[in-house]
Amino acid sequence: MSLKDAVTRFVHDGDTLVIEGFTHLISFAAGHEIIRQRRRELTLCRLTPDLIYDQMIAAGCAKKLVFSWAGNPGVGSLHAFRRAVEGGKLELEEYSHFGMVARFSAGAARLPFWSLRDYAGTDLPRANPRIKSITCPYTGESLATVPALNPDVTIVHAQRADPQGNTQIWGLLGVQKEAAFASQRVIVVVEELVTESVIRSDPNRTLIPAAIVSAVVVEPWGAHPSYAQGYYDRDNDFYVAWEAISRDPAALARYLDEFVYGIPDRATYIEQQPALAKRLTARAQVCAGVNYGF
Amino acid sequence: MTAVASRELRDGEVVFVGIGLPNLACNLALRTHAPSLVLIYESGAVGAVPERLPVSIGDPALVTGSLMVCGMADVFQLFLQNGRIEVGFLGGAQVDRYGNINTTVIGSYAKPKVRLPGSGGAAEIAIHAHRILIVSKISPRTFPERVDFVTSPGQRVAKVITDKGVFERDAATGELVLTALYPGVSVEDVRAGVGWELRSRSTLDCVEPPSPTDLRLLREVLDPKGLYLKG
Repeated sequence: MSLKDAVTRFVHDGDTLVIEGFTHLISFAAGHEIIRQRRRELTLCRLTPDLIYDQMIAAGCAKKLVFSWAGNPGVGSLHAFRRAVEGGKLELEEYSHFGMVARFSAGAARLPFWSLRDYAGTDLPRANPRIKSITCPYTGESLATVPALNPDVTIVHAQRADPQGNTQIWGLLGVQKEAAFASQRVIVVVEELVTESVIRSDPNRTLIPAAIVSAVVVEPWGAHPSYAQGYYDRDNDFYVAWEAISRDPAALARYLDEFVYGIPDRATYIEQQPALAKRLTARAQVCAGVNYGF
Repeated sequence: MTAVASRELRDGEVVFVGIGLPNLACNLALRTHAPSLVLIYESGAVGAVPERLPVSIGDPALVTGSLMVCGMADVFQLFLQNGRIEVGFLGGAQVDRYGNINTTVIGSYAKPKVRLPGSGGAAEIAIHAHRILIVSKISPRTFPERVDFVTSPGQRVAKVITDKGVFERDAATGELVLTALYPGVSVEDVRAGVGWELRSRSTLDCVEPPSPTDLRLLREVLDPKGLYLKG
């Protein structure tokens, strides 16, 4: 399925949407397609909104943001996010990383909430009344609780999948497994489509099984400027450049015109920037493999 | 400041590493007095040996050659909440008299003057790591009497390492107290950069300057482009 078709079919106005990936494997391709299709009133959830949600907020896709750390890692601020919050234009529901991970874990296990030892002495429960506490029925200890997060749709970028959607990821794993299992619908976007026999040759590497996948999309370089371990490096230069772009609303609008609205798809985005492959393609460092025999 | 922070890490300890100066301090310790230090990044890399300075906490160089890569649910539940992390490094826009840290908002939460990134893992690191180290330059803006928002509570703060002196938490009052000065810095210099009546320990230590090896490693090996070390 094309990314265009997958977004048309599975991402709707008003949805609670998750594009996960902790620094690694963030589906910028899907975010751009959602911007192009002008989805509105989305509740965007992610631990780290990153540049992709900054762009989606700037493009007017977001009604609300559910998150735990909203910055440009190692660089500074997400300025579209800041303008929206400081101008009172974006609803926030804020946790810590552990709180967000726990929300996905509850959602994935189909429990109503998750308990964790957290938030004592912080102001976060006052800022977010959905962070509550319970008394443990066994020990009497007071534990923090966070509600399950069950998104309408979760989009995960991965190194490879088979046509049925059995999806393999290596490198940083973030919270993709929990987010996918918590979701009603799952779109997997991959660098490479492989045969089922490739997946079967290394089953421990499968993070997401076909049974929970709604659509498989092949989109090489679909995570750029994020990265895919073993395929291409993170484009740190672009993350640094985003500081000036996002600070200036006119520059941000020009960026969206040139790299999102003005082009039909990811393939064009990559053709537009021929230097990327030379600068960022990963060098090989292949592991020895293991014996699965019995 | 970075070399001083690195001395706080003991060989064999498990440290939760933040980006920026803490990352430099941990990698310096690994290459000098603490070769068995275990670096854990919240992105899931355990025993990382980054061959380049990671710009972000999720850099691919943290994965290549590490001892273990796990999902974030494991990082927070099996390592942090389990009590396996001995040292956590934190920084912040504001640090107050009691070591509470604010990385959420300047001004009120509902109508912030400045919206900061938020907690990330800082709230739970402050609650679960056995010992918290804070690295921050001195200024009255950074060290107010009270933070505008408590993102990370201060009860486990062991030391605050600044560019002028070192503070430690007084066990009885919970208050940060000046315990060491850099060479050539006076108590008044430090007090001028702190928004409360900073108390001093009766005898103050003198901070050892970085060794030539520290300086060479920091400037030539760890941060040759001066990403984090300026001036």
